[in-house]
Amino acid sequence: MPLVNNPTSVPVTVDEKKCIADKGCRVCVDVCPLDVLRINDLTNKAYMKYDECWYCMPCEADCPTDAVTVNIPYLLR
Amino acid sequence: MDEINEGLSEVECDILVIGGGTAGPMAAYKARKKNPDAKVILLEKANVKRSGAISMGMDGLNNAVIPGHSTPEQYTKEITIANDGICDQAAVYKYAQNCYSIIEELDKFGIRFQKDENGEFDVKKVHHIGTYVLPMPNGDTVKKALYRQLRRARVLISNRFMATRLLTGKTGRIAGAISVNTRTGEFLVIKAKAVIMCTGAAGRLGLPTSGYLFGTYENPTNSGEGYTMAYHAGAKLANLECFQINPLIKDYNGPACAYVAGPLGGYTANANNERFIECDYWSGQMMQEFHNELVSGKGPVFLKLNHLHKDTADHIEEILHTVERPSRGLFHEGRNTKYSDKMIEMHISEIGFCSGHSASGVFVDDNALTTIPGLYAAGDMASVPHNYMLGAFTNGAIAGEHAVDYINDLDFDDFDQEEIVREKERVLAPTKREDGIPPNQIEFKIRRLVNDYLQPPKVTKKYELCQDRLAEIREDMEQNMVVRDSHELMRATETSSILDCADMAAFASLYRKESRWGLYHNRIDYPERDDDNWKCHVLLSKKDGNMVCEKRDIQPYIIPIAEEEKDMYDKQRVAVEA
Repeated sequence: MPLVNNPTSVPVTVDEKKCIADKGCRVCVDVCPLDVLRINDLTNKAYMKYDECWYCMPCEADCPTDAVTVNIPYLLR
Repeated sequence: MDEINEGLSEVECDILVIGGGTAGPMAAYKARKKNPDAKVILLEKANVKRSGAISMGMDGLNNAVIPGHSTPEQYTKEITIANDGICDQAAVYKYAQNCYSIIEELDKFGIRFQKDENGEFDVKKVHHIGTYVLPMPNGDTVKKALYRQLRRARVLISNRFMATRLLTGKTGRIAGAISVNTRTGEFLVIKAKAVIMCTGAAGRLGLPTSGYLFGTYENPTNSGEGYTMAYHAGAKLANLECFQINPLIKDYNGPACAYVAGPLGGYTANANNERFIECDYWSGQMMQEFHNELVSGKGPVFLKLNHLHKDTADHIEEILHTVERPSRGLFHEGRNTKYSDKMIEMHISEIGFCSGHSASGVFVDDNALTTIPGLYAAGDMASVPHNYMLGAFTNGAIAGEHAVDYINDLDFDDFDQEEIVREKERVLAPTKREDGIPPNQIEFKIRRLVNDYLQPPKVTKKYELCQDRLAEIREDMEQNMVVRDSHELMRATETSSILDCADMAAFASLYRKESRWGLYHNRIDYPERDDDNWKCHVLLSKKDGNMVCEKRDIQPYIIPIAEEEKDMYDKQRVAVEA
């Protein structure tokens, strides 16, 4: 049984203009309890890779440049 | 990141603390303070800076026993009654005697507690009998303050390592733990003379009504590894049938929250704007009335603040939207709900294990020791009832200090090296398959069945059906689960904990043939409380590879409970006026 990817609208968004992951920042990736954020290989900016969010906010609260926004996952909204 | 590397390394320490949320940091800190020569490792699945139930802080202490406001005797009595008499009082009493010194210590860490105009702690009444609720005006700083202390005490922190199994030694003592890195799949074996488990609740057991796997009441990182590891190591687990079920804001699935809103005049109401429960303190008896109202024509149930002065309602809103679950404000914004305007719809949470609110936990004594020598448990996963955040801190401290004495002159216990080989094989099995079922689908199915069959009221036939279905899923999990990277490997390992916890929830519930703790263990086939046969603990454990339950006598009470007091928590419903 092959695997397919189901599309899902993710709750955490990153403003790439503000994100400084390309300068080596890893704060949001480090603090996320569910470990769902990663750095995009092409853009070197943070993004939400796994839709497994507790909308708990450390990524947004601890981001040094206010680049991260946490939204309520659509299913709960 | 996330590629699977099969490396294996081994380290040694005196004391291993598993879980860096609330109890864990305090245990590690206290152990180092008491013996600065002890090598203490704090292992954390996420990152200690922001892990656990209080990753964004907490709005207050729910169970502070403060001289001048309440006494350890009174608190012990209250919790014994709230937990329907099933309580080894020694641990509760010891907590109540020690928690004030922990408050003073937290205060020194920079965590402030609310004081009145006379400079006294501003304690609020929420419980039936006593006064124990203390607001924390800068409660959002808890984790930062703890982290600072851990660094200062030079605790060795290992983030992103998930413990999967405990190691027991040849003499029956604890010998360490096996863990796997959640980003590389590398194994780390930690040999230790004592192990303190602080892995939190089993919060990913039921499925939230939203259907979103991670929209749980508990931090979903708390997927029950502590319960599962204790079980497989042969420790006993107490009263797992006393589920955690909480009254929450519907869909958002966060606390409403009685401890903040109650003292300021907020309460739980039905659709007719009527108050129907006397006391909003979270107990099984209260949850039973909540459930009764939901299924009656008077439901649903609401948090009512719109009768208060706008300033008061706005003040409550401000607290609730800045600490513990700060995205609550965003949720209400999206729904256009202001606390001062209209009532907020509430609902019943998914089930879980969590002694912090109920009583389901790994069985411990008043030193936080489990039934395995050298293995401790503290916080939401240990069996001290209605323990909350301050209980996690206090019992974590008790465990850390006791462990320092325990390891004195003790050497490592030898263990069977084959255990590591077997565990590595078990954990990595889903990485060896090209094809199969991903962990998220298996997890969804387990948790959907938990909702269908295990959510109280409990029906024997439904429980038996659930056991059959879970056995089928276990076969799928063991034969067909497939993962593609180390992140999914973490989820797969969690899925196996969730399945073990679901099995334990069903087994323990079927064993106790009575109803107790209100909704938490409401068995339709045995509707009455039966003190003659069941005023005892139920201990679950693994014997010769099989799940078994036994009765355990309650320790004689230290604080006697008078006949007229013992049912005080049963009188929850607001009396109908003649």
